[in-house]
Amino acid sequence: MVTIPPGQYVPFTKTARGAQAVPVGAFLLDEFPVTNADFLLFVRANPQWRRSQVSGLFADATYLSNWANDLEPGRLAPADSPVVHVSWFAARAYARWVGGRLPTMAEWERAASAGYRCSDGRNDPELNRDLFAWFAQPAPEVLPSVASAKANFYGVRGLHCLVWEWVEDFNSVIDPAGDAGPGGNLYCAAGASDVKDTGDYATFMRMALRSSLKANNTTGSLGFRCARDTGTAPGGKAPEGNLATEKSR
Amino acid sequence: MNMKTSQNLLARLLALALLGAAVPAARAADDTLGSPEGPVVLPPDLAALPIEHAILVAPPHVPPPITRTTPAHVIVNLEVREVVKKLADGVQYTFWTFGGDVPGRFIRVREGDLVEFHLNNHPSSKLPHNIDLHAVTGPGGGAASAFTAPGHSSQFTFTALQPGLFVYHCATAPVPMHVGNGMYGLILVQPKDGMPTVDEECYVMQGEFYTTGRYGEEGLQSFDMGKALDERPPYVVFNGSVGSLVGDRALRAKVGETVRIYFGVGGPNLVSSFHIIGEILDRVYPEGALGSVEEHVQTTLVPAGGATMVEFEVKVPGTYVLVDHSLTRAFNKGALGMLKVSGPPNRAIYSGKEIDAVYLGSQADEGSAAAERETELKGKIEAEMQSNTAITGLTKEVQIEKGKQVYMGLCFACHQPDGRGLPNVFPPLAGSDFLQADHERAIRIVLKGLSGPVVVNGKAINSLMPPQEAVLTDNQIADVLTYVLNSFGNSGDPVTPDKVKAVRNEMR
Repeated sequence: MVTIPPGQYVPFTKTARGAQAVPVGAFLLDEFPVTNADFLLFVRANPQWRRSQVSGLFADATYLSNWANDLEPGRLAPADSPVVHVSWFAARAYARWVGGRLPTMAEWERAASAGYRCSDGRNDPELNRDLFAWFAQPAPEVLPSVASAKANFYGVRGLHCLVWEWVEDFNSVIDPAGDAGPGGNLYCAAGASDVKDTGDYATFMRMALRSSLKANNTTGSLGFRCARDTGTAPGGKAPEGNLATEKSR
Repeated sequence: MNMKTSQNLLARLLALALLGAAVPAARAADDTLGSPEGPVVLPPDLAALPIEHAILVAPPHVPPPITRTTPAHVIVNLEVREVVKKLADGVQYTFWTFGGDVPGRFIRVREGDLVEFHLNNHPSSKLPHNIDLHAVTGPGGGAASAFTAPGHSSQFTFTALQPGLFVYHCATAPVPMHVGNGMYGLILVQPKDGMPTVDEECYVMQGEFYTTGRYGEEGLQSFDMGKALDERPPYVVFNGSVGSLVGDRALRAKVGETVRIYFGVGGPNLVSSFHIIGEILDRVYPEGALGSVEEHVQTTLVPAGGATMVEFEVKVPGTYVLVDHSLTRAFNKGALGMLKVSGPPNRAIYSGKEIDAVYLGSQADEGSAAAERETELKGKIEAEMQSNTAITGLTKEVQIEKGKQVYMGLCFACHQPDGRGLPNVFPPLAGSDFLQADHERAIRIVLKGLSGPVVVNGKAINSLMPPQEAVLTDNQIADVLTYVLNSFGNSGDPVTPDKVKAVRNEMR
């Protein structure tokens, strides 16, 4: 895992007190998103999370739908590609199983705010070009290897331009039912009224995606990675560790 | 509400209850799960409406007119897809679409209809999407109710309270990017009292694309946020790509038909000065407001997120070019389409090119080199006029029309506008036996003039007509004689320029 040093996260939407930076303590974050191989270990050890056995309350009908069967990811889900079609519940269960947790949105956004060569990626033209090039590609049927992702300033790979990722508090930003509610909606031009940087389209898209999801939803371009508090040893319940951790060594 | 929907709802409510109780850590999840309110319970009159499935068609086509005279419960199923398609030759772009094309499927309902809307976001989508229909009365135009994750489907219902032509578009943040990637279309709410019938209906929308590459740069292009913020699009196009309405894909109509174009502007930013080159719009319904009509319009301004309906009868065959008359957009960025009209020509309305001559400027000094050149050129022009099939192919009607102009500029002063002449001074042409007896003689008289006594309709006249051979061309003489031989009650064959030429040569 990679240590993200303490710092700040400025929430995307303004609060009643305006846009105020939130302190984010140091934490550990997986270098790579969780892969199909990683997730296969999890479902082997936890039958209740296999595709045929998972409860519909915790994962909808498309859960692991790109896998060949319960214990075989198959052609469409190569071992070293990020696992997708996983629900928030499944991602959380996995994280707990490896002794970690999902990153909070503040943590995830703080780690992802870095550019390739500096801690502030907002004006990194290379990152922006890659981001919009990624939006310009429809989701591929078979995702590339996590190893293909570029490392950012902190050494974390694939936060952008690979898959979307679940965070612990994914739906805390906006209220999708807010037809007439004050603020808190991102529709039409009203979406811009509460936002600190209306030109930050990439963040808008992440926020919109998160707000569209329910915790049992899965999609073909949404995966996750794990975080830990600093000072906690990686390893957890996974007998042979997880592959993402292996790769980071 | 069908059985499946109610089961889904039940499952969601159950999930909500269970989650709230058993999974405190998922507290935040409650808010998103709890949003659907379930199918609306309709009052009996609305519940009894007949159910119809809307026919959705891809541009530039339009669903057939609605002929029923009472409201219906119309079910609309619209699918969102993110697809790579051609933006220009060699240029690809990932369009976000309502139905697979830009603009999205044309939706047609009737004022008073209850519209049950299903927005289906394809599982391969990267992003959530929704829809804001300007035809909807209610917050967001449906935006929040239709907010749909990839691989999901949303349903909401609205009553089409007001007639008109309305834009719909995706309203998910960042909206300018969703719209800028092609997420817009038109919904027509037909007025209760119906619409005038026309022969052809078509569907065109303008939108601009902010690509990273300059216009024409090959390969898959990305959305360029900087250009979008500055509103500097490399592409401004009709129906989602350069050339979408050109060549084999041009709109088509026949002479005599009335064409109606539903024209909308998706934007996201630019307005359109919509113009059809060579056509005056008989009727324009500005801003899609079907209750108000402007007539005889040349160029109509269509706002971003707005639409207009235009109607016109095509009278002359040929190609009519649709443009945004902010012309670099048409010339350099792609905002150009074509309407090809087939059928017989009507040269009285529009002749086509009659003459192509060199023009040297006026008043060359006599005897100068320029004057000599001018004389030489006049000869060439004359020859061109004789061999030009556009001219030799003149119809009698066109000759009469043009001959009238010659007559009213030259002959009427003596022969009078009504062709009756002046008794004992200038002979009549109306009903003239002298004129009608010998067309060749008439040609000679126009060329060389006439002096001395003649007998016209039994009355002797001794007068003077000046020669016109240096004033009128063979064509003009043929035209003016055809006019007088077919006016004032006269009726006769046309006089051809060849005949005049032959007589002129004989007399040299």
